Amino acid sequence: MSSQVHGTQHFDKAKRAEVKFSDEAMNVVQTIISHYPEGKQKSALLPVLHVAQAEFGGWLSPEVMDYVASILKIKPIEVFEVASFYTMYNLKPMGKCVLEVCQTSSCWLNGAEDIVKYIEKKLNIKVGETTADGMFSLKVAECLGSCGTAPMLQCGASYHENLTYEKVDKILADYKSEGKLRSYTDHDYKNTL
Amino acid sequence: MGKKLLIHNDKVANIHTLEVYRAHGGYASVEKALKTMTPDQVTDEVKKSGLRGRGGAGFPTGMKWSFLAKPEGVNRYLVCNADESEPGTFKDRYLMEKIPHALIEGMITSSYALGAKSSYIYIRGEYFYVARIVEKAIAEAYAAGWLGKNILGTDFSHDCYVQVGGGAYICGEETALLESLEGKRGNPRIKPPFPAVAGLWGCPTVVNNVETIAAVVPIVNDGGEEYAKIGIGKSTGTKLISASGHINKPGVYEIELGIPVEEFIYSEEYCGGIRNGKKMKAVVAGGSSVPILPTELILKTAKGEPRLMTYESLSDGGFATGTMLGSGGFIVMDEDTSIVKNLFTFSRFYHHESCGQCSPCREGTGWMEKILKKFLNGTANESDVDLLWDIQSKIEGKTICPLGEAAAWPVAAAIRHFKQEFLDVARNKKFVDVSHYNRLNKINA
Repeated sequence: MSSQVHGTQHFDKAKRAEVKFSDEAMNVVQTIISHYPEGKQKSALLPVLHVAQAEFGGWLSPEVMDYVASILKIKPIEVFEVASFYTMYNLKPMGKCVLEVCQTSSCWLNGAEDIVKYIEKKLNIKVGETTADGMFSLKVAECLGSCGTAPMLQCGASYHENLTYEKVDKILADYKSEGKLRSYTDHDYKNTL
Repeated sequence: MGKKLLIHNDKVANIHTLEVYRAHGGYASVEKALKTMTPDQVTDEVKKSGLRGRGGAGFPTGMKWSFLAKPEGVNRYLVCNADESEPGTFKDRYLMEKIPHALIEGMITSSYALGAKSSYIYIRGEYFYVARIVEKAIAEAYAAGWLGKNILGTDFSHDCYVQVGGGAYICGEETALLESLEGKRGNPRIKPPFPAVAGLWGCPTVVNNVETIAAVVPIVNDGGEEYAKIGIGKSTGTKLISASGHINKPGVYEIELGIPVEEFIYSEEYCGGIRNGKKMKAVVAGGSSVPILPTELILKTAKGEPRLMTYESLSDGGFATGTMLGSGGFIVMDEDTSIVKNLFTFSRFYHHESCGQCSPCREGTGWMEKILKKFLNGTANESDVDLLWDIQSKIEGKTICPLGEAAAWPVAAAIRHFKQEFLDVARNKKFVDVSHYNRLNKINA
């Protein structure tokens, strides 16, 4: 369950009018909707929110959530209650690369805390914060299903496993030089064992 | 070398492609089922096999299938639970990533048995790249006619879709999964009604784990009786175990049910023993929710018999001296591990993952995490051990879904078997994590 705190979100009508899926994204959305029987398009909500998050800068603003509601013909509150429940949806702006370090059991047994401390030191931020240049955010995650290749972190769709301090250095350098938003929906994911 | 039925081809180059998978006997079960068997005959083979749910609950699969209501004119659904989020478990990820067609073949054959016109594979959102691999394999299956209209020229048509989640362990609970599949918050439903009667969109639905569905393939190919020849008693067939922690060879192993736990931990064929020359201290045998056991009780039952990798043997002694096979998430801890700290990571997990519906779970998980933090801060009292015991006992059995039990059992087991460690930390008013150097060694290796 998301641990983000939600107050009333300010809704900007002008911004809302600007929100629109690209043709490519809309094709993906319509394909997803076609997976369900007539009238059950609400089932597309979780997958479509991933598309929306990737499309609109890595987070879901109130305007974007309202737009998704209109596409799926459901009420905005139905979108908000889902977006606020699941951990992968960001309800505030994040860095381009969100580094999620797993901290549960086997990862802790294999040094996850040291990896977190190392990244905090290298980026000069604490868990939950974003670097001043907007490049990196650091989060801790619960078990990501990579226990045999611990410690590890996830960034967008990529799993970076069997981490060492050297590997972390390389990840940070690579992502910094690429300089782009990393989303769960990326096709160019890298998985390292 | 034990028999393997699921991941025997995992090292074959390009086994994730339809071409190579088919060349190695893939989709034979679809041919056999659709052309030579009735749906009920397929279900009979699954019943004969003794296959039990491989997600963790171990419910007999054939029995679950036979509960499926079959009213006229109402769609039935098969839903694959690929939400794999139980800490310590990574076997479904391995199967889907390496041999996605094994799952798809199982989905088609199982759907034929159940009379399901369409099915969904619900994959946890964090496994997005795995979802892409499975989607690609589904596209290959459609192109080759294994999915879609009139498969193999028979009356059976089937559509299979991937559904990604949004990050929620609770969606591994079947009714919460269905809620999520319907586009809602993952709040479990009260049972009855069971999904077999009223599941996805109120329609009769069977929810099965990835591995369970993949196991249907060898069961149909070789027959249920053949499958039941492997294993002991009510633990038949093979199981994927994801082994991790302080062992020399972490990874996914397919074992014949019935091998000794000692062999699994120490043999070179499997985990290869404890690394860095350390001694073993404790094991969580089936994912974080099952009771932790100290070395002497994981290797032998309280009666002194060797513990075997079966549902029955691991449960021998109940929770007083036993545990569960569960999901097969096998976590091994060495002598320097703090049981208190490990429990803290579990409790933090359950608190984070509680959906919030039931007060005992919502409040209890948060409270237990807070108390365990006091141990780590050196501010806990000895009475906090009793308080932890009290809280977990008030969660267990008092919630809509088993996450309550899953949060309570680890706390109870840790105190039951390692109470002195908790008391020492409380008395010393100081917590030192001695395993620190051990972990650093591995990171810098």
